[in-house]
Amino acid sequence: MENVKELLVILISSSLVSNVVLSQFLGLCPFLGVSKKVKTAGGMGVAVIFVITLASAVAGFINQYVLIRFQVQYLDTIVFILVIAALVQFVEMFLRKTMPALYEALGVYLPLITTNCAVLGVAINNEQAEYGILTGVVNGFATAVGFTVAIVILAGIREKIEYNDVPKAFRGMPIVLLTAGLMAIAFVGFSGLL
Amino acid sequence: MNKAGERLYNGIVKENPTFVLMLGMCPTLAVTTSAMNGLGMGLTTMAVLALSNLFISLLRKVIPARVRIPAFIVIIASFVTIVQLLLEAYLPQLNKSLGVYIPLIVVNCIILGRAEAYAYSNPPIPSLFDGIGMGLGFSFALTCIGAVRELLGTGKVFGCSVMPDSFVPIRIFGQAPGAFFVLAMLVALQNLIKEKRKKAGKSYEKIGSGCSEDCMNCSDKGCSRRFYDADAGDSRKEEKPAEEKTEQEKSADLEILNLEKEEK
Repeated sequence: MENVKELLVILISSSLVSNVVLSQFLGLCPFLGVSKKVKTAGGMGVAVIFVITLASAVAGFINQYVLIRFQVQYLDTIVFILVIAALVQFVEMFLRKTMPALYEALGVYLPLITTNCAVLGVAINNEQAEYGILTGVVNGFATAVGFTVAIVILAGIREKIEYNDVPKAFRGMPIVLLTAGLMAIAFVGFSGLL
Repeated sequence: MNKAGERLYNGIVKENPTFVLMLGMCPTLAVTTSAMNGLGMGLTTMAVLALSNLFISLLRKVIPARVRIPAFIVIIASFVTIVQLLLEAYLPQLNKSLGVYIPLIVVNCIILGRAEAYAYSNPPIPSLFDGIGMGLGFSFALTCIGAVRELLGTGKVFGCSVMPDSFVPIRIFGQAPGAFFVLAMLVALQNLIKEKRKKAGKSYEKIGSGCSEDCMNCSDKGCSRRFYDADAGDSRKEEKPAEEKTEQEKSADLEILNLEKEEK
């Protein structure tokens, strides 16, 4: 029971309280780059959930049974980035062969995720917090859900901003960044949850 | 050494990675809560950038074009690990305050971008200075942003009080939302300058960032896409297809890679 409670706390804190984009600034590039439309933002979000959950499972496994076992934890950065890059490429090939429909929906987003710092960030966070594999996967999933929530909300707001008369210098990125800042203030409010 | 000086100027002023190219936004926003943190992060990144540029440039004839991005990443990750261990040993305080963002230097698009845009197609010495110049430009930008946020958030710069007692700190600038606001103002200012220059008839084209676009448009043609499409936007003409490599050359590749690994 204690265990379930701990997992729930991680779920809430990683997805809302310390939101990956709005308070940790990880995965900022896709957050700003792929948030023009709600539909594409949703697709990106699902792809990120898929990859981060999988990557944190694989990274946790490797951390437990290779890095710690052979006492080469100092190689973590190199190993994780290579594993994540290979994993994303593998997932892309696998989806293309076996699930064309899903590939059609997620395929374009997958390459973008390789250099998404959120994936590597989660793997390293899990390692530093000394989470076990299951806890790590839950943390990864929650982080990715937080990313999805944030990017879909931002995309929704951006669709409305299209119709607004924004001062010339603020058109494009600045107004999006200001929106993100206001969203970050809103998310600070979640810190009362825990 | 004229070339070296030109690279330094280019990195700090003309193609400043943060202010002009808009690269590496994640660390820019995350660690600039104070001027000191910004400076620390900037110098750490500079060390990695200069060393990886130098090595990639030295190995540029050896790395086949098709696998260059993974090769770059391995080289960059090695240097990040070295720098991280050094920081842990000698500057534990800074290491603690930068935390997870040190290993994340690996995915900083400035480094991969410079490797792709400059180091892979230029000789070692200019590449080294390109790295130092870009790193100094990044440090300068981060320190500036950090100083502004520290000043507004706490009324101090580098830990020294500079504001009169009547100043009420605007706490929000020290927290996450403040980073977005400061960056928004910065980009707006950049837009304004661009607009003015355009009116004055000056062309203000972006110059080779490797990523070909800034971080904000990474989705369309950024470095992440290149990871897959090794042929997309190859900055260097392929001298020969990788398959034609002789056995000898291959063993030479391995030898150099091994050497490089041993060195660290």
